[in-house]
Amino acid sequence: MNSEQIIEMNNISKYFPGVMANQDISFGVGRGEIHALLGENGAGKSTLMSILAGLYRPDTGIIKIDGQPVKFNSPRDALGCGIGMIYQHFRLVDNFTVAQNIILGTASEHIHLNPARAEKTVAEMAGRYGFDINPSLRVNQLSIGERQRVEILKMLYRGCNILIMDEPTTVLTPQEVKDLFGVLRRMAEQGKTIIVITHKLNEVMEIADRVTVLRKGQVVGGDSIKNVDENILTRMMVEHEVVYQRLERGGSTGQTVLKLSHLQVPGDQGYMAVRDVNLTVNAGEIVGIAGVAGNGQRELVEAIAGLRNPSGGTILLEGEDITRLNVRQRLKHGINMVPEDRIGMGLVPNLNIMDNSILRSYYTGEFISRGLLDYKKIGRYAEGLIKDFNIFAPNINHPVNFLSGGNLQKLLLGREISQKPRLLVASYPVRGLDIAASEAVYKLLLEERDKGTAILLVLEDLDDIFRLADRVAVMYDGRINGVMPVEEADTDKIGALMLGAQEMRGH
Amino acid sequence: MLKIRLVKRENESLAAGIVVAAVSVLLAFVVGGIFLTLSGFSALDTYIQMFEGAFGSSYALSETLVKAIPLMLAGLGVSLAFRMKLWNIGAEGQLYMGAFAASGVALFLGQLSAPVLIPLMLAAGFAAGAVWALIPAALRAYWQINETITTLMLNYVAIIWVDYLVYGPWKDPNSLGFPLTPRFASGAYLPVLGETRVHAGLILAIIIALIFYVVLKYSRWGYELRVAGESQEAARYAGINVIKNIILVMLISGGIAGLAGMIEVSGITHRLQHGISPGYGYTAIIVAWLGRLHPVGIVLVAVLFGALLVGGFGVQTAGIPFSIVLMLQGAVLFFLLAGEIFMQRRPVLVRKEDK
Amino acid sequence: MDLSIFIALLAATVVAGTPILFAAIGELLTERSGILNLGVEGMMLVGAVLGFIFTINTGNHWYGFAAALVGGGMMGAIHAFITITLRGNQVVSGLALTIFGSGVSGFMGKAYQGVPIVDPFKHAPVPLLKDIPVLGPVLFRHDVLVYLSIVLVILMWYVLYRTSWGLSIRSAGENPAAADAVGINVARVRYICTIMGGVLAGLGGAYLSLAYAPSWQEDMTAGRGWIAVALVIFALWNPLRGLVGAYLFGGVEAMTFRMQAAGIKISPFFLSMLPYILTILVLTIVTIRLRQEAGAPAALGVPYDREER
Repeated sequence: MNSEQIIEMNNISKYFPGVMANQDISFGVGRGEIHALLGENGAGKSTLMSILAGLYRPDTGIIKIDGQPVKFNSPRDALGCGIGMIYQHFRLVDNFTVAQNIILGTASEHIHLNPARAEKTVAEMAGRYGFDINPSLRVNQLSIGERQRVEILKMLYRGCNILIMDEPTTVLTPQEVKDLFGVLRRMAEQGKTIIVITHKLNEVMEIADRVTVLRKGQVVGGDSIKNVDENILTRMMVEHEVVYQRLERGGSTGQTVLKLSHLQVPGDQGYMAVRDVNLTVNAGEIVGIAGVAGNGQRELVEAIAGLRNPSGGTILLEGEDITRLNVRQRLKHGINMVPEDRIGMGLVPNLNIMDNSILRSYYTGEFISRGLLDYKKIGRYAEGLIKDFNIFAPNINHPVNFLSGGNLQKLLLGREISQKPRLLVASYPVRGLDIAASEAVYKLLLEERDKGTAILLVLEDLDDIFRLADRVAVMYDGRINGVMPVEEADTDKIGALMLGAQEMRGH
Repeated sequence: MLKIRLVKRENESLAAGIVVAAVSVLLAFVVGGIFLTLSGFSALDTYIQMFEGAFGSSYALSETLVKAIPLMLAGLGVSLAFRMKLWNIGAEGQLYMGAFAASGVALFLGQLSAPVLIPLMLAAGFAAGAVWALIPAALRAYWQINETITTLMLNYVAIIWVDYLVYGPWKDPNSLGFPLTPRFASGAYLPVLGETRVHAGLILAIIIALIFYVVLKYSRWGYELRVAGESQEAARYAGINVIKNIILVMLISGGIAGLAGMIEVSGITHRLQHGISPGYGYTAIIVAWLGRLHPVGIVLVAVLFGALLVGGFGVQTAGIPFSIVLMLQGAVLFFLLAGEIFMQRRPVLVRKEDK
Repeated sequence: MDLSIFIALLAATVVAGTPILFAAIGELLTERSGILNLGVEGMMLVGAVLGFIFTINTGNHWYGFAAALVGGGMMGAIHAFITITLRGNQVVSGLALTIFGSGVSGFMGKAYQGVPIVDPFKHAPVPLLKDIPVLGPVLFRHDVLVYLSIVLVILMWYVLYRTSWGLSIRSAGENPAAADAVGINVARVRYICTIMGGVLAGLGGAYLSLAYAPSWQEDMTAGRGWIAVALVIFALWNPLRGLVGAYLFGGVEAMTFRMQAAGIKISPFFLSMLPYILTILVLTIVTIRLRQEAGAPAALGVPYDREER
């Protein structure tokens, strides 16, 4: 290891129940470098960086900062060494202002807090680094990109020289990503060291100086960005050859299954989340909805599934008006839904696989004998799901909380698919899954499509859109502002639509 | 260097549950013992006396059962609500209202014969308890108003209401000013077992416990409760009407607690009087928790706590305040809570290497 | 109504509201840090009995108050240990402490029931201020603790909203993960706030047995601890509003007493129901109308586990 390295992590291991998250990892970062930590989901990147940031303690190994060995017992210790981590899910207090969030936990010399003075201090600092932010706004009034900048400022305020960012671009539009990269480059120029945790190859190539690849908890390789390309990195990330190409395009039978007309759905806080949506999904096709989270996708999906009442417009299923039907009636009509909240909504935490397998069908006669639940029948059904969908679990009495992300999703999807839907709706079906699990999910979705099921997906990764969808619809501010066959779409076009550009309608 | 770390268990361990429960009881007695000793009493003698008072003779046993019955009923009622994470602290008030309604039926329809009167009193007791729980239930279901506070406030209102009646309009003119109603007609008495005071309420409690067990495990509604108790979002997704279930559960919970009141006036006191319950509604919460919200556990723990109450009454003659019982109950509960971490996590030896 | 009677009523309101105010301020602090403490009733009782016992045996009220502070603090510490370190269920732990507190206080206080305090807790009228018409008798002719309670309200407001400590406390209650991420020791903050809550509840209870009554009676708090918990909710976790609420209840209590004394023909039973019914009503109205604007600390009642996966 080079003594010019500002960070050295040697022989780090970390065990969590059921998984060896980091196995004997040795890793180093140079001063003023933008270093990408690359790997698929579950490779151990977040764990490793959480150790560096003081959140977890390593089971073995040593960390050296600036050549000195250090031991962190809490994030505070890491902050003391100038290391700050910005998580995918921001650690901001929604009810507090920007200024309050930034000065939180500091200023022990001045017990007294003057809100106006705090805001002025923050504004000055923001100006120094070229950030555009209003310190008196509450965090819950800010956009995602702005909140991320608050997190960065928070770290800079504490004198952080080393900044770790965990999947920073997941929640950003393409334009916001460009803005963020600009900020990072400016900071690196001023001598800050930045580590970016990511699974996105193209972004690594764009922003990083060096890259280290992790796979299954171990370091697979690392190099300067000049010496690698996307193919080399891919091969390092996964074991088997992954065909990163567009999968088989299906031929739609043309029959319209779902038709949304002028659909209006209210959100939780009284505003209109879905304003005027017109969309069709045909049998045997996959329609992918692209868009930044929070533009009405969740409310739209809930409205289709029967979990939220539209305030205007109609939902037609194979010509029949189902707008006023409830969840069970829609299930009967063949609408199945996989929510984005897998273990809070789609599956019941703390209940076992068997109980969860009948969540949407326990009230039908299928599992009832003599008026009571027949656990033998339920058990057989659950075993069937595990077998058919390749779910890895010790037995059906296993609580679902302990399943991995991929197995959870397979269980959810499998349960919904086994009800033989006419329309399948899924929100973020591959979010957080590693490549193998994602592949399994793609396969399931494509098989469903080929059976003639109409499929509507809400997706966040443009790669997934190109991989899966036959047609793309972009959702912005509660409306669909562009629909096109996937062949006509490209990143720039979709990116612009995601930001609100208007487009000529086409179906 | 070896360290012990607590690692989450996959399933709550039954063995650990029993061990923790037993140790909690033991530790509680130790704490009580300290207070007793500091006050100049012999802890050991006191406990022996309590034990004998509760189990030392067939009469003692019957008295223990007598005290256990309302605890079983109220405990079952409370446990139902707790399974849905509805904190019904109002069992005491629901019990009082059940006692009041059943007494009303007994006093004004006393000329009816037992086969008619008793079921009427049961119905009245259940209904009154259910209605008393309805207000907090609706407030919680529709406006998410904290049910802990509302059920609790209504306890005080119910107790004062009964006091108003027994000091006033319903007071027995022959009672020399004591706050109680006239004796009920014999048709209002629950049948008893032999020469003891153990009444048919025991059978009622056991039947309800059995029904609970079957319904919770094997019925569709029991499944809905399991789901809704864990996640309201998942319940919505499953098409379960959460609001309806919150109200239904609270109604039944209150109703069963109301039954506890009914059996007290019909089986034991045969009249409505001040202080009809020495805090059964609150003790029932501990019984439910210690019984792990399971019908079988609740029945068993109720007997244990019935013994505690009987023992506690007994040692008052030795100058020991009845409050010792409350102390022991409270202590058992918080040792149990402290021990719960061992039921959810198991100790694991982890080797930490320092280089 | 005669003005002098009205003034006397207001003065009595302040005194009656003081025990609840102490307990409510303490509970407010605890809840702001994210811990729900339903053991306030038990802590008040322990404070009341300890205060009484120590005062009788030493002849000095201040020893009594000191004992009450310690007793309440110890119970607060137990609740903190169970709910923070052991991550136990906060609702049940509070209940356990209430039941235990009731038992312990009844046990220790048995010998002191009905024992009179020979030397009552003195009033300390504030020179000059006490002679202001109307406000004088209402606010400035009380004992020292009443003044302390009002000062505490202002102090609590200042600490919560104008100090970095307050920001840290509030962050622990709103988003402990965010607080942890900036190096705030969430467990320590919660421990301190919970123990302080117990201390203040104990003080409130001692005020009851040493100044308000003054005497010891088993379960003499009669639900005031619970009213204090409700008070925090409908004060929307703001100390200044808490002051108003506490005096509101003090007012109902004082009125009830006076109406009985004046021979007004309302059944004493229904009058004594009033505080409890009022609590439900006010809680309902406030929760429904102001739910959106200023809600509970977001992480209230949820244990914080850093390594939770």
